[in-house]
Amino acid sequence: MATVAAPTATSGGPRRRSGKGLSERRLAALMVSPSLVLIAIVAAYPIGYAVWLSLNEYSVRVPGLSRWAGVRNYEAALTSDVWLGALGTTFLFTGASVFLELILGLGMALAMHAAFKGQGFLRTVVLVPWAILTVVTAITWRNIFNPELGFVTTLLSSLGLPGGDTVWLGERGWALAVMVFADVWKTAPFMALLLLAGLQVIPDDVYDAAKVDGASTWQRFRRVTLPLLRPAILVALIFRTLDALRIFDLPFVLTRGANGTNTLSLEAYTQFQQNGILGLGAAMSVLTFVIVMVVSFLYIRFVGGNIRAMAGEDH
Amino acid sequence: MASAAASEVAPATTGTLTREKARKPPRTGPNPLLYLVVFAIVVFCLFPFYWLINVSLKTGADLSGAALIPPSPSLANYDSIFRNDDFLKALQNSVIVSLTVTLLSLVIGSFCAYALARLRFRGKYFILAAVLSVTTFPGIAIAAPLFKLWTDINLYNTLIGLIIPYLTFTLPLTIYILVSFFREIPKTLEEAALVDGATHFQAFYKIVIPLAAPGMATTAILTFIFAWNEFLLAITLTSSSSARTVPAAIAFFTGSTQFEEPLGTISAASVVISVPLILLVLLFQKRIVAGLTSGAVKG
Repeated sequence: MATVAAPTATSGGPRRRSGKGLSERRLAALMVSPSLVLIAIVAAYPIGYAVWLSLNEYSVRVPGLSRWAGVRNYEAALTSDVWLGALGTTFLFTGASVFLELILGLGMALAMHAAFKGQGFLRTVVLVPWAILTVVTAITWRNIFNPELGFVTTLLSSLGLPGGDTVWLGERGWALAVMVFADVWKTAPFMALLLLAGLQVIPDDVYDAAKVDGASTWQRFRRVTLPLLRPAILVALIFRTLDALRIFDLPFVLTRGANGTNTLSLEAYTQFQQNGILGLGAAMSVLTFVIVMVVSFLYIRFVGGNIRAMAGEDH
Repeated sequence: MASAAASEVAPATTGTLTREKARKPPRTGPNPLLYLVVFAIVVFCLFPFYWLINVSLKTGADLSGAALIPPSPSLANYDSIFRNDDFLKALQNSVIVSLTVTLLSLVIGSFCAYALARLRFRGKYFILAAVLSVTTFPGIAIAAPLFKLWTDINLYNTLIGLIIPYLTFTLPLTIYILVSFFREIPKTLEEAALVDGATHFQAFYKIVIPLAAPGMATTAILTFIFAWNEFLLAITLTSSSSARTVPAAIAFFTGSTQFEEPLGTISAASVVISVPLILLVLLFQKRIVAGLTSGAVKG
């Protein structure tokens, strides 16, 4: 940066084009490289290292002694009940939470779109769950579902409904449900904001035309709003799916993965805590990475046109 | 000029206001059902945080009841966490890490974004695709190998050891948002400066950066929120309170079993660390929404 900015000190009058010190391409290389170097060190290198570690076996008795294992670690992971359980839980969690977030987010977006008076206020309100730390979200919902003094238990008991004695986070099924619920609370508003932005770029004439043609409210929603909202829905779904597949904070704080809430990221972390980044743990990390990358490939394909447009003319 | 750039990223805020004004007269007045739905949304979004505040104000016997309003509200929990050295250290760490990440991300990211938006060179598509794909990397796949690398070069359990990986996750967003902002700024302004003898770099920091201020503010807010919130790397790459940030500190504050938890103090600490983010939301709602939706609307 110092070398680039140096001409500033001496420049006073007009300069010739050739006197600008750096060619455009050299300047571009200088400006781009800090970002790329950081990304290479912190993203590319660790992934490559994890792949290498996952292909080796390590001696339990002699630290540092290792030998080539090929895909044995992957076989071990793919046939381990714990890992397969985590895989199932992660997919179940992702499916349930993303589906509920879409339905709830769409409902919230439609309401916010209709409520033109308080829209700024509503946007601020729905940003609150989004802004609250995931760790705090988990602590909050653990409080609310606390069997002794939580809000849910007390509410159910005072209404005379069953469930007043349920230890929510202590039961399979319920524990996952609480996790889904906490995630929906935190991220449905994010979904709503994305969809609201999508709703707002639909021109009013389209609705007016449909109205003139005698379309009912439901028909307008079904035939006009939904098709035109499809791109926004797709982006929101992909964003959320990628996040949900990587879920770690919520199960870590809510249950530490007990009672059927162990996820892929949490299982890889547990392996890492117990055995370091040796063979099996590394294989689990890499598998998580591969699963997420397959989904994100869809994402890249979808925003690919966007990237091309941003990259501009030369490609 | 800056407002032109802002409205591009935020068609939601500027575009619709005028449109809604135009649409308002023919309506027959708002549906009462809508008020109910809006009320439900407000309760849904705010009640859990209210509950957290509620618990944080309870002490002693009140803590084992589910009263909606603390029977005898007390700030004792807040008093106790502000006397807790580990918590104070974590707060300090979080402030340092989040502000440093925000600043560095803006500087480094704006360089990269400017080159991508304005300069002529090969491989732009590849660079953007590589940068954006990093946002999808699962933290765990990076955390464990990074732990090994950081231990080898003595960055484990240091603030720098957190700042560097955070940058990797915040740079893509910074670059993505800033490229679109820089592209909205008319080229003629820079060209005039170049003709007057400025270098490309001078054109960048004297003309483009000031005009892209709204975009810079948006990315700064989102970056700060990311860094303040990050948990997985924070617990993997630190081992003691000397480098732990608030989410990590609070998770270890939690105690071993559900029944031993200092519920009141944890709730108070949770409220305290949420306050900076809630303030950001209250002050910069429009900027945040613009940043969050910039990718979605254009797609």
